[in-house]
Amino acid sequence: MRERFIDAYDPFVIPYMIGYVFVLAYLVVALVTVVKNLPVSDRKKMFRHLFSYKIFITIKDIVADCLLHVKIWKKNRLLGYMHSSIAFGWFMLIVVGHIEIFFFAPHRINLPYYPIFFRYFMMETETTVGGSVFFFLMDFFLLVVLSGIALAMIKRIRRRFFGMRRTTRLKWNDQLGMYALWCIFPLRFLAESFTSHISGGGFLTRGFGMVFDWFNQFMNNDALIRPTWWAYSIALMVFFLTLPWSRFTHILSEALLIYMRNAGIRETSKNNGYAGVEIFSCSRCGLCLDPCQMVSAASLRQMASVEFTRNTRLGQKKKALDAASYCLMCNRCVQACPVGVNSVQLKLNLKGSELKYAYPHRYDYVEAADASSANASVWTSILQEGERTAPVSSESEEKPEVVYFAGCMSHLTPRIEQSMERIFEAAGVRYTFLDKDGGICCGRPSMLSGDRAGSEQLVAKNTEAVLATGAKNLVCSCPICYKIFKDTYKLEGVRVLHHTEYLLQLLESGRITVRKSSLRGVYHDPCELGRHSGIYQQPRDVLYRLLNLHATPYEEKDALCCGHGIASDMPYKKRRMIAKDALQKMTGRPTDVLVTACPSCKRAFAEIGSTRIKDIAEIVCEQLVDPLRTERNGR
Amino acid sequence: MKDFGFGIKKSGVIDLDKADFSLFKEIAEEEPSFLHCFYCGTCTATCSAGKYTGFNLRRLQLLVKRGQLEEVARRISECMLCGKCQWACPKGVNTRHIVTLVNKKLHARKIH
Repeated sequence: MRERFIDAYDPFVIPYMIGYVFVLAYLVVALVTVVKNLPVSDRKKMFRHLFSYKIFITIKDIVADCLLHVKIWKKNRLLGYMHSSIAFGWFMLIVVGHIEIFFFAPHRINLPYYPIFFRYFMMETETTVGGSVFFFLMDFFLLVVLSGIALAMIKRIRRRFFGMRRTTRLKWNDQLGMYALWCIFPLRFLAESFTSHISGGGFLTRGFGMVFDWFNQFMNNDALIRPTWWAYSIALMVFFLTLPWSRFTHILSEALLIYMRNAGIRETSKNNGYAGVEIFSCSRCGLCLDPCQMVSAASLRQMASVEFTRNTRLGQKKKALDAASYCLMCNRCVQACPVGVNSVQLKLNLKGSELKYAYPHRYDYVEAADASSANASVWTSILQEGERTAPVSSESEEKPEVVYFAGCMSHLTPRIEQSMERIFEAAGVRYTFLDKDGGICCGRPSMLSGDRAGSEQLVAKNTEAVLATGAKNLVCSCPICYKIFKDTYKLEGVRVLHHTEYLLQLLESGRITVRKSSLRGVYHDPCELGRHSGIYQQPRDVLYRLLNLHATPYEEKDALCCGHGIASDMPYKKRRMIAKDALQKMTGRPTDVLVTACPSCKRAFAEIGSTRIKDIAEIVCEQLVDPLRTERNGR
Repeated sequence: MKDFGFGIKKSGVIDLDKADFSLFKEIAEEEPSFLHCFYCGTCTATCSAGKYTGFNLRRLQLLVKRGQLEEVARRISECMLCGKCQWACPKGVNTRHIVTLVNKKLHARKIH
């Protein structure tokens, strides 16, 4: 290998260097801003993570997610190839380029532009072994990147080809960056081909270079060489200069996001540095658009998560807040996001910071309720009795085994409560119905509206009431309550169970027995129970004993939302559209009954009226082999 | 005036010519379903907070429509935002949104 120019410089490196210095400066400023916005404890976590063994896991994650895009591969191979060919191919071009410098021109290692324009500055005939190996590698990865770029172009024209119904609509800043990116590699290919009769090249660049040579014999000049190198350099500059304002910022921020996430940092507030990194890591790939039912069933495209992150980034507070308050919090977009942006939590933080109260909420009226008055409920009397009996709680046999909390939503679907009560009786369980005559809210709805202070008050009051009963198990019928009881409440020594879990326990321990019916059923995973709490198997295990359960394409993590997410400000009409669409999709095959485990979902689907909707407790209750009843019938 | 240890309660007359309808108009604009309410009282019957207090959404809506904002401000903090009223409503009124909107608007007006 020999250098073609003694001074190792040509004016066309200037645009590239401008872009390069700009990106470096941007990186430093961005990193400082992020760290500055982090709370001190998170900064410590970030620093400690650097020296823990977990850093290797982080490196693995960064390679798998940022370069190879494993998560996209798992969802869609063609899309996975498109992303990883560009990212990994480009990365390898940079790495191999630097190795080349290290081998053939170690004295030029201090020039950042040298590996980029290597083929212009160095010459070689492909006869040497070292030269031909590098020529092959560089050409191979260039071909990989070019194939990815070609796919990206096809995707913009025909997204159906990639199995995507919708993709993001790009604004001018994204378009500029994207077209620059599309130009970079074809221009590099052309520039290297045109130079290949001087500097040599591999199968791709030399091959194309030969065609060029043939034309060259008529024109007999190398007039195209330097303009293409100039164009290549300018394309790089444009890409780098638009980087901080385009979707491609995620190239820089995604690695930082993975690092911070693995260090245990979370988006605790709206202005927390991690939240900022998440917003910038959204690559607007549009993979969250198809899963979002607001987009697919209610034509509310402007409310999708990808629009939310864009508007947050652009400072369009009103639009971002609208998207946040319409969101059903079903977590389908979070599930689909290949980067792992927790947009639902980001929306929650925004709502929390925007929610303004004329008065802070006060729920002291709960204690003030008089036990003897007509208004008093079991809830208050238990609370007061519990307070009295709490010190003398040594006799364990008097305590109930289970405390049942139906929740506000179950009060609207009383069959669920009745079924649960009958099951408790049939199983011979000593239980207390905490909110039989109307209790207070569990606090999750106000939490989902961003009202943390109000939620904490309710949590404190319910904690008191549950602990006062002295029961060891808390059974909830509503997944919304279940989620907050499990995650937020501090109930020492009390197991929190959703009734699906509890029913399975009863069935497995043989305390209740059921007979199987011939009904054909479909199970609908409620969002709060499935994606939010991870309970998928228990309800299915229960239902296998009761009916012929058949699968839909919308199982477990891919389950649909009923459109009645509690904290959404979406108009009723739109909710109904979502519910109808979801029900139609799930009952494509002949179905006798759609089983769910959430009173809210039950109501939402029941309103549509095309299929019988039942809660899992109702089905168990119907199929119960009830010892009490057979005794009563006395035959 | 001499303090006799008792006073005369202000009369309960609402002068609709002088009442402040701005809140009502703003809410009706942002949440049109506000106008669909026909005061059936289903929300009141289901209300979790209504079990313990005089809070109820039907009254709240009426107070907003009459422009009795001080009374609204006093009552609104008792809502637990559980959303029961929303699913119970036969007219599909977005009640929870109305409560949060009322809160926001009252906060902006500094009616405490």
